[in-house]
Amino acid sequence: MTQNLTRRSCLPLLAAALSLPALRPAAAASPDLSFAELYSSFSALGLEFSDKVKQLTGRKVSIQGFMAPPLKAEAQFFVLTEIPMALCPFCSTDADWPDNILVVYLDRKQTFTDPNQRIEARGTLERGSWTDPETGFVSQLRLRGARFAKV
Amino acid sequence: MRTIVSALAASTILAGAAGAAEIYPLDRATILAKSPFDFKVELDAAHGEADIAVTVNGKPYAEVFGQPAAFVAEETDADGATLGSALILRDLSLAEPGRYTVEVKAGDETKSATWEVYATAEAPRVRNVIFIIGDGLSVAHRTSARIMSRGMTGGKADGRLAMDDLDHMAFIGTSSTHSIATDSANTASAYMTGHKSRVNALGVYADRTPDSLDDPRVETIAEALRRTTNKAIGIVSNSELQDATPAAVVAHTRRRGDKAEITGMFHEVLPEVMLGGGSAYFLNAEVPGSKRKDDKDYIQLFRDAGYAIATTREELAAGTNAGRLLGLFHTGNMDTWLDRNQLGKGTVDKFPDQPGLVEMTAAALDQLSRNEDGFFLMVEAASVDKMSHPMDWERAVLDTIELDHTVALARDFAARNPDTLVVLTGDHTHGLSLIGTIDTEKPGDDMREKLAVYDDAGFPDYVDADGDGYPDSLEVKRPLAIFSSNFPDYYETWGAKLDGPFVPAIQDGDGRYVANEAYKDVPGAVLRTGNLPRDNDTAVHAVDDVVLQASGPGAEAFKGYMEQSDVYKVLADVLALGTDQK
Repeated sequence: MTQNLTRRSCLPLLAAALSLPALRPAAAASPDLSFAELYSSFSALGLEFSDKVKQLTGRKVSIQGFMAPPLKAEAQFFVLTEIPMALCPFCSTDADWPDNILVVYLDRKQTFTDPNQRIEARGTLERGSWTDPETGFVSQLRLRGARFAKV
Repeated sequence: MRTIVSALAASTILAGAAGAAEIYPLDRATILAKSPFDFKVELDAAHGEADIAVTVNGKPYAEVFGQPAAFVAEETDADGATLGSALILRDLSLAEPGRYTVEVKAGDETKSATWEVYATAEAPRVRNVIFIIGDGLSVAHRTSARIMSRGMTGGKADGRLAMDDLDHMAFIGTSSTHSIATDSANTASAYMTGHKSRVNALGVYADRTPDSLDDPRVETIAEALRRTTNKAIGIVSNSELQDATPAAVVAHTRRRGDKAEITGMFHEVLPEVMLGGGSAYFLNAEVPGSKRKDDKDYIQLFRDAGYAIATTREELAAGTNAGRLLGLFHTGNMDTWLDRNQLGKGTVDKFPDQPGLVEMTAAALDQLSRNEDGFFLMVEAASVDKMSHPMDWERAVLDTIELDHTVALARDFAARNPDTLVVLTGDHTHGLSLIGTIDTEKPGDDMREKLAVYDDAGFPDYVDADGDGYPDSLEVKRPLAIFSSNFPDYYETWGAKLDGPFVPAIQDGDGRYVANEAYKDVPGAVLRTGNLPRDNDTAVHAVDDVVLQASGPGAEAFKGYMEQSDVYKVLADVLALGTDQK
């Protein structure tokens, strides 16, 4: 079981993440992670994070995917999915998220993209159950202090 | 199906603003004698309690109901604006059959509703009921399944589906309390409670307050069975168990999306057999894959209640000596027959050992039939609907064949246990039609010209060499041509979706659904401009009647046109739910 990160404990992480770009050059330094690499096993009794995810937790990573339609325009986070979302779980009561999603907390405001547009998000990988205090959205895996760009 | 939450909020507010007194249960409700239900009166204005006069058949209501209702001086909407006064009386029940006319008067406001409280046979006519729902099952699914599975020669089917030989039949009206259109929540709820309701609602009448869990409740069949019998209860679906149809057996909520709460409602009823997907809402929030927001561990809670837990086909096949069985084979919805058996697409790589609907139903029958007082089993073929929404016709039709094999299994059980009523029905329909074939060998790149209709359609060339009832491959020269009457913008690709379930449209930056560009370069793909409003992600439900079929004791009661809520009356009658049998 992964340790549940409290808000307090993830602040230093966030700070560390923010300072990193200044210390080292450009994007190439971030190890790539793909959606296929997130979990090592799937079971109805729970998923298991892969060794790669465990190793990269707390480090800055890049991952490509699609931005799900945001909960609201000013939300501080968005959900990154492997394929474009055909349903909107935020707006439809019978739609639901796939298992493999990544919540991305931005370090500054960015204009949300077309959900058809492939993007690459880069931020510090954080794992453990976390309830967004504003929206109540629960996530297991996140990027903190992230930015994204179109691919 | 895709009903927008904000629309729900808006409608809740509008109901107050538009203002009209309302009585729940609604006018023309039919109510099983002695079954508990919540009585509610909503008034448009604020009134003093003493200024509200309510009579039942001309007598003061508290005299007839045996107790007074709680008075709410002012109900409010989500923003705190007043909606008016209300009276609420929970768990009322009426033992005496007959017509009950409720009249409400408060200031200028008046409202009247008449209910029919019905009795049932004194003794049950059946020991077991197997109630099978093909979610979204429409006539074209049946026709396509028959042709694809059995073939056709000279205009005559080369074989019959198991569902083709059920003895009795009725047309079922599926409309909801506020709209001719409908979803799987209120439709399944009408079957499982005998009360019609509103889109998204399960086991409640939809009231005006924002809280989705405070709406006036009606009794579910599971609760009625627990109250009056010692029968075992089984629920089988290849969707999440919290999805609308399986949830309707036990749940009470205005909002079908309350899946974490619905899991708790299963735990309150403790059906002896529960098999399906949706484990994400059983796992506490700390477990990767959980979709709960709290630390409740329903896997453990069900274990503590004496359940054996199975998570794969192998574990299910191993069987159990425990009296209760919970099978959770997927965190979400289970995969389709096509993906599980031929293509390995969808999420089969992650959950490679999922049982099919036939295996789950067999396991459920094995477990439930050990109960000497008999059982009620609800089986849902969920993917018929889940694949018809995105217009993935081959997946929907193959899952209809799997549904038919489940009907065959149920009929076989009934043949050995003649005191069993078997019902097959849909909960609502889809707007699909089978219109011909696609002649893939016709020269040229213009797929539209390969659509073969009328005399040109001929017969499809699916092959079932292994005789399992399913085509050995979908890669044939002349596949079935099925289209939807309604659709979002999408790329028509004129054939089976072999790369994975179809995703016709996705949202653009403005929240409108546009054609999924992933199919743009499929050879022959044609952009079809949608005819649905742009906030619809996939094809919608049709309002067309459902065909219900049944065999066994009491099945003759299904005939002509019936409201979905009347189906419950037949079940209640053959099970004698008006009589205490404990």
